[in-house]
Parts: sequence; structure tokens; C-alpha cells
Amino acid sequence: MTNGEFSGWGRYPRATGALVCPAAPDRVHSALQAAGDGDIIARGMGRSYGDSALAATMLDSGLLDHYIHFDPDTGVLDCEAGVSLDQILRLLVPQGWFPPVTPGTRFVTVGGAIAADVHGKNHHRDGCFSAHVPALELVLADGSSVCCSPRDNSDLFRATCGGMGLTGMITRATLQMRRIPSSVLRETVIRTTDLAQTLALFDEHHDAGYSVAWLDCLAPTGRLGRSLVMLGEHDDTTDVLDLHRVPRLRVPLDAPAGLLNRYTLRLFNALYYARGPGQPTTRRVHYGSFFYPLDAIREWNRLYGRRGFVQYQFVLPREAGMAGLTLVLERIARSGHGSFLSVLKALGPANDNHLSFPMEGYTLALDFRVEPALFALLDELDAIVHDHGGRIYLAKDARMQREYVHRGYPYLDVFREVRMRYGAHRRFHSHQSRRLGI
Amino acid sequence: MSTLIIGATSRIALATARELASAGDRLYLVARDADALDRLARDLRTRGAQVDTAVHDVNDTASQDSMLETAWSTLGRVDTVLIAHGTLPDQAACERDIPRALAEFTTNAVAGLGLALDIANRLERQGEGTLAMITSVAGERGRQSNYLYGAAKAAVSRLLEGLAHRFSGSGVRVLDIRPGLVDTPMTANFPKGPLWASAEQVGGRIANLLQVGAEGVRYVPRRWFWIMLIIRSLPRALLHRTRL
Repeated sequence: MTNGEFSGWGRYPRATGALVCPAAPDRVHSALQAAGDGDIIARGMGRSYGDSALAATMLDSGLLDHYIHFDPDTGVLDCEAGVSLDQILRLLVPQGWFPPVTPGTRFVTVGGAIAADVHGKNHHRDGCFSAHVPALELVLADGSSVCCSPRDNSDLFRATCGGMGLTGMITRATLQMRRIPSSVLRETVIRTTDLAQTLALFDEHHDAGYSVAWLDCLAPTGRLGRSLVMLGEHDDTTDVLDLHRVPRLRVPLDAPAGLLNRYTLRLFNALYYARGPGQPTTRRVHYGSFFYPLDAIREWNRLYGRRGFVQYQFVLPREAGMAGLTLVLERIARSGHGSFLSVLKALGPANDNHLSFPMEGYTLALDFRVEPALFALLDELDAIVHDHGGRIYLAKDARMQREYVHRGYPYLDVFREVRMRYGAHRRFHSHQSRRLGI
Repeated sequence: MSTLIIGATSRIALATARELASAGDRLYLVARDADALDRLARDLRTRGAQVDTAVHDVNDTASQDSMLETAWSTLGRVDTVLIAHGTLPDQAACERDIPRALAEFTTNAVAGLGLALDIANRLERQGEGTLAMITSVAGERGRQSNYLYGAAKAAVSRLLEGLAHRFSGSGVRVLDIRPGLVDTPMTANFPKGPLWASAEQVGGRIANLLQVGAEGVRYVPRRWFWIMLIIRSLPRALLHRTRL
């Protein structure tokens, strides 16, 4: 057990707690018994940004990192929940298999990916992570372990996928991997001049395997929403299966608070945009740089300085996308706060999970350095997002007001019922679930 | 390569075995806990190793011979043996509870010596092979915080030194692996600093040492060679003024 100060990837907020590492899936129940009366939450690699993996007792899945079985004919992988996507890539890319859905970092555990029901650049075609999880095993508040799937204990499955660890601790999972012809992607980059053109491109390329846009959130007026739209397909003209490299670069210390200010951010955004090709350009890139560009720099979260940062990610329904995104971007431009990286993506339809984030529409993720004036701005953005029928991603959230989680997540009451049915509400809480009254 | 690992479910041995498994090695795993052993075997098979297991308590010296006999007959030929079992005694508790101190010493030293002597003879009969043992930098100097553990590891290191002498010029290699501070369940309650290495780093390096047929004394990570050089040369009076 380690007592100390912990935080999410955004390094805001920080909280003290005890980190407990059960040695095996069948030891989780004794860890629960030993934890006393305080709040308990599972924790993987700590890559949720805010306070969703913070509690008095955090059950670390680090030692639940064993594979159970892989079937090279069907691509079905059984593993424990602490196995990371990084490890899975190392095992399976050389055999021609790839995670069916991957977020923008490979440093997440399988348990964390399920709990946040993460999505990737293929959400419009392949849905969330949970769509490729035929079954999982969960340790409940009473220490018993239960298997659930879309068919068996489906209430628990629907609540656990996207449930932010609030139903219990995921200990094992079955994943359906996807076949890849090579480790190479054909990436097409298209530069757009404004938001309307960016959104139109997502429409036009709705059948692309992967799509995402990097957006210049500090663009001059009239150029609001100008982006580099990136499309990708697994390259079937080659059969090389090379692994990603181990990151060599690391941010050695907390950057001074002023490093990322409005001027450097504006400059970076403008340069990045200008680097984009005038004409649509296709090139072949490794999956490492296509999916995980930021993983090349370890501890990049220190760039935002000691006080940390907040990643603000919301989704707006399709029909409200243009109007809502315009309001949000205008409001940010007026504020003088800027985001180093702003990522826009068109999402496919929502699933049946009670708290999964995606819905058909557009999601935008922005990073803001923590400073006192930031929170009032984010409150204003919350109002815009929810007035347009959108919601905030819980895996990123560190500061949302409680009223909004009810507006954004209409199945929150169903989720609460499931939690009560299995006694989870008395044991499993994070700082986030307390803050939001989940 | 065929490798026999004793104390296979220890975190450093596990990390080493995973590296060897990705190279497609033949592994024979020995540990006390049948469930943990089965769990590890599945993991290593998924990673590409051919794996056999045996449940055995290193303190059960009476059945040591039959355990090794079975391992040898299953593998046919053993290229490498890695002895990795161990406990970290609660020094303060052992100072008050002598039987407990002796039990810890038995696990960390006596059981290891018995295994090493027996395995050395088998490797000698086989004509070649590597005997590798995980000892510790803690064995190099008696220090108030950890001298019981240190004494046990020192006993093992001296034995390995002698075996290396006995086998010099033959095909049998002896490797004394001395990890520094490693973040494992054994050290879960220690505050960690920049000197600490992960079990994966250490296991990767050990697997590499085994694969290239290293012998003699090796520090993992390497920086501990320099750290121990300094600690060994500290004058007594100076050492006694530290809390090491």
C-alpha cells in the first residue's frame, strides 16, 4: 500500500489517498475488505484527466496484467483488466492483429478503456470499445465476482461499460481484436479554411476507416474552425508488421507556468496549420505516429506547469453541431485562453450503455492550462454545450457542475438503480462521483 | 533455450520469464502457490512459450531432489536455471523474534544453497549450462536497516563465487545477479525515489544476461555497480553515521 498524493493525467485536481495493488483477480475481495469504510475506486494507468480515478482507497490494477488466452484463428483475446493496450500491441501486431478501438494513447488499461468506454478515430464506423467486448468479469461491492456480457447480467454490463468504475472493479475481459494487413496506415491530410468545410468533409468521408481533425482554435475571425482533417486506412499494399518504438523523449520537469501562453499557443497553432498541405496529400505512416503522436513524449502533461491542465471534451448532436461549435469557438477566441491541441471528430450513433459519452454528432477536445479565470469560462461553455443537447466526457472532466451531468446523461437514474441493486453505491465512489452526485 | 525458474511467481522472475517467453523459450516454472503458477503459465503460453509447471516449496528440502529430477526429465536438457525465490524480512520484528529470524534466513540462504549445490552437480554432469541466482546488493555490506536479509544474500553470493571457481574453464557458467532497489510487491511499503527500477526493467536486463550467457557478478540496473563501489569503500565510522 502506498499513501500519497495522486492526480489524473491533467494533474488537476490532486488528492491524498491510499493505493492498493491486489496481487491477483481473486485477491480483490480481500483488498475490498481491508479498505475500511472510505470510498473505493479502481485505478489503471491514471490516464483519465480529472478526478474519476481518485478516492480514499484506489485499487490499482497494475498486478492484474496477465494474459489468459489468445486464439490466433478468431482474434479473441482473454486477459486481465490491468493489461495495457501498449502490451497488447506488442503481443499482437507482429501476428497481424490490432485493437478494434483505440484512444489517442496506448498507455491505458483494458479495464480503464471499458470503464470510460473509450472511442477512437473509427467511432463513426466501429463504435466504442465496449462494442468489441463480448464479456467481462467484475468484482462487486460484496467481494463476489460476476461475469457479465450483453446477454448475461446485461444490466451490469450496460452500467459497467462507461460506468467509470462505479459498479465495481473489472478484473478480466474478453476482447475481439481486428485483423490488419500491415502496421502501416495510408493517411490523407486535407486542409480546410473554416468550420463549415471541416464538417462537410466529415460527411463526405463518412466511410473512411479512421477520421479526425486537428483544429486551429486560435484562428483569425472568419477562419474559425479551420482544420487539418486526417483520414486513414490500414495499408494492404504491404505486409510489414513492425512494432511501435519505445518513447525516448520525456519532459524532464514542470514547465514554467507561462510557457504555454496565448502568444506561443497562437504561434504553434498557426505554424501547425501552415504545415498542412495546400492540396490533399496521402502518405504512408506507422500506426504509432497515426494513433499515438503524443505517446512519443513521456510525461507531456508537465508542459502545462505545476498547476496542471483541464481537458475539456464535449459532444454536440449532429444537427446542433455547426451552431454550437461556432458559439463555443467564438467564446474561446474572445476569452484569450487557448488550447495547444484541439481535436474534432464526427461520432457515430450512441450505444445502450447508461453513461457512455459518444452520441451521433461532433466531439471537440481542448486542453486548457489551469488558471483562476479558466473555470468561469468552462462554466459558460457548459451552458452552451447543454443548451444544444450535448454533454461532457466524464473521463476528461475535473470541474463540471452537478446539474449538467443530469442534463447530459439522460440514463443517469437507470445507472443509479443498477448501482443500488448491486450495493455499489455504498462502496464505490470517486471524487468525481461525489462531486457530481452520481 | 530451456530455462528452469525457481520462485517463478516473484515479480522479477515473472518479468524475466515474459521476456524469455517472447523469444519462444521452453520454460519450467517452480513456485509454491498453485493458482499463481497456473495463472503465470497461461500468461507465458499466450506470449509464445512452451511451459511446464511444478508446485514446490523451497523449504521442503526432502522433496527437492525429486522436483529437480522431474524438471530435468521433462526438459531433457536444461540450458539455464534461474533461482529467484526470496522474502524480505521485517528486520525490526526479527530482532525481537529469533525463530522468525532463523526461518527467514532458512528461506533466503539455506534453501538457496541447497538448490544451488544440487543444480551445480546436475549441470556438471550435463557438461554445460548456466546457474543464475538473484542475490542482492544488500549482501555487500552489513547495514543496520537490513542486515538479516543482507547476511542471507551474502551467504549465497559467497557460495556462487566458490562454484564459479570450481567450474572455471568448464562449460558450466555461474551468474550472481544483484538487483538494486526494485519496485515489486516485496517492496510495496517503501517510499520510492529516483534510484528505484521497475521489475520490467530488471527482468528485461536479466533475460538479456541469460540469453547472452553472461557469468560472474552483474548488477541490475548497471548503475548499481558504481553505487556499490562507493558504499563498499565507505569507512566504517562514516557508514555508522548514516541510516543506511
